[in-house]
Amino acid sequence: MNDHLQVSSSQYEDKGNLLLRLEEAQHRLGYLSEQAMSELAESLGISVSEVYGVATFYSFLSTRPQGKYVIRVCKGLPCCLKDSDIVISSIEAAIGIRPGDTTPDGKFSLELTNCIGACDSAPAMLVNSELHVGLTSRRISQILKTYE
Amino acid sequence: MPEQRVVLRNCGVINPGSIATYLAVDGFKALNKARGMTPEQVIQEVKDSGLRGRGGAGFPCGLKWELARNAPGDTKYVICNADEGEVGTFKDRYILANDPFMLIEGMAIAGYAIGADMGYIYLRAEYQYLNGSLVKAIDQVREQGLLVDFDITIRQGAGAYVCGEESALMDSIEGKRGEVRYRPPFPPTKGLWDQPTVINNVETLMNIPQIMLNGADWFNGMGTERSKGTKVFSVSGDVSKPGVYEMVLGSPLRELVEGLAGAERVKAIQIGGATGRIVPYDMMDTPLSFEDILGAGAITVFDESRDMVDIVHKTLQFLAEESCGKCTPCREGTEVMAGILERFARGEGDERDIKDMERLSQAMMLSALCGLGQAAPNPVLDSLQHFRGDYESRMQEKRGSVAR
Ligand code: FES
Repeated sequence: MNDHLQVSSSQYEDKGNLLLRLEEAQHRLGYLSEQAMSELAESLGISVSEVYGVATFYSFLSTRPQGKYVIRVCKGLPCCLKDSDIVISSIEAAIGIRPGDTTPDGKFSLELTNCIGACDSAPAMLVNSELHVGLTSRRISQILKTYE
Repeated sequence: MPEQRVVLRNCGVINPGSIATYLAVDGFKALNKARGMTPEQVIQEVKDSGLRGRGGAGFPCGLKWELARNAPGDTKYVICNADEGEVGTFKDRYILANDPFMLIEGMAIAGYAIGADMGYIYLRAEYQYLNGSLVKAIDQVREQGLLVDFDITIRQGAGAYVCGEESALMDSIEGKRGEVRYRPPFPPTKGLWDQPTVINNVETLMNIPQIMLNGADWFNGMGTERSKGTKVFSVSGDVSKPGVYEMVLGSPLRELVEGLAGAERVKAIQIGGATGRIVPYDMMDTPLSFEDILGAGAITVFDESRDMVDIVHKTLQFLAEESCGKCTPCREGTEVMAGILERFARGEGDERDIKDMERLSQAMMLSALCGLGQAAPNPVLDSLQHFRGDYESRMQEKRGSVAR
């Protein structure tokens, strides 16, 4: 039973699993380049447009180069109630870019996101996969300094 | 009514990084007990308990398991939906971080009951920081030889609100775009890779070991006629003690919001996230149950300083962004409503706008393809019913500015 399980779940499914391959490529390259996507299409025997369709569907996958650190500030309602707009403007001021942009030195990208499940200590944000909560303008500069 | 900890009983008690601490509080006794029973007996126990899904829809858990058990198929799957996406919900994050073992035990019992040899935990992208500790927990369970003929893998989501919906979630595990499928067929007969599949919420699975250990009668002794057991709530917004609280189903909203979370001067409460219901202060004695209001247990509190037009505007903006676009009523409806609310927020709305929103709401409730579109008008209709004054004062603002 266990041998069968290996073949059906781990090997066959995983190798042919487009989303897993995209997540892996994103992790390795930092973003999904056209070249990476067409190579993936070829190795899986599917069209580039299918690969592109999945790549653009998910907000944690990016088809454009991104900063080393992607800041995702929550704009969900519970965070709004705790003045997330002030947090957003202090981040904009600190790194000099608007949501959707990347700093010229390629260090930070800034994005707004919906509820990230930390509303009990709102306002909250993710930097890559790290969670930061209870944000204030003052804490923002301290936190950003820890990302070199 | 005080807190009653069933699902959260080990949170803050055990060390989530050490299986020994879980074994010390009767961990995996329920799984052993289940293995001494036939799968049919296990399913019967869950059916008798009256446990219903905790992700929002409230489908009877035992019935779902029975359908999957009886469905023909060589390979069956158990999926734990850890794609907690309802705005204002964070209970699953708290559970995953504090007691991964009881979840794994619940999944293993589900696997035994339906005859699955593979389980997936679909973890939302935003909770990637929990991935490592979950993997470690699964490894420890495996090393103890407790996963027999059943294994568990984590699938990391990649950021898509709609993937909390079960058919979209399965697409995503298969590696595709997550799209809502027309149904039937339902997952218990034709799910992941077209095989019989049980999808349960984190909190639903957390109840299973306790039901196996203490029996169906103990469990269905708690709650109301059609809502058995407890519910874990995520309370946020204008409260002095935001956090995760577990209460017996049927407890009044007031106990939770004022009693436990310490809210004062409450104006309104949104229950069940963006598509949930908005209730005014004078409905604070409403019981929290499937019969009344529940959702996945997101409770967002607004005090008297808040204007409901702003709240509903933000909510509809969110829904317009998250609509998957597959069906017209939802795609267009949320967009148009967000636009109208934008006008109200600027003080430019009028009576005709209100009529339009009411008409659109009816159309969406009747014709949208999935739950999101059907429930999207809830915040609009509830706020119009209970807080019409907030809309009217925005109209007066306009009259004021025209007169000037
Ligand atoms: S709304 Fe920001 S974490 Fe939930």
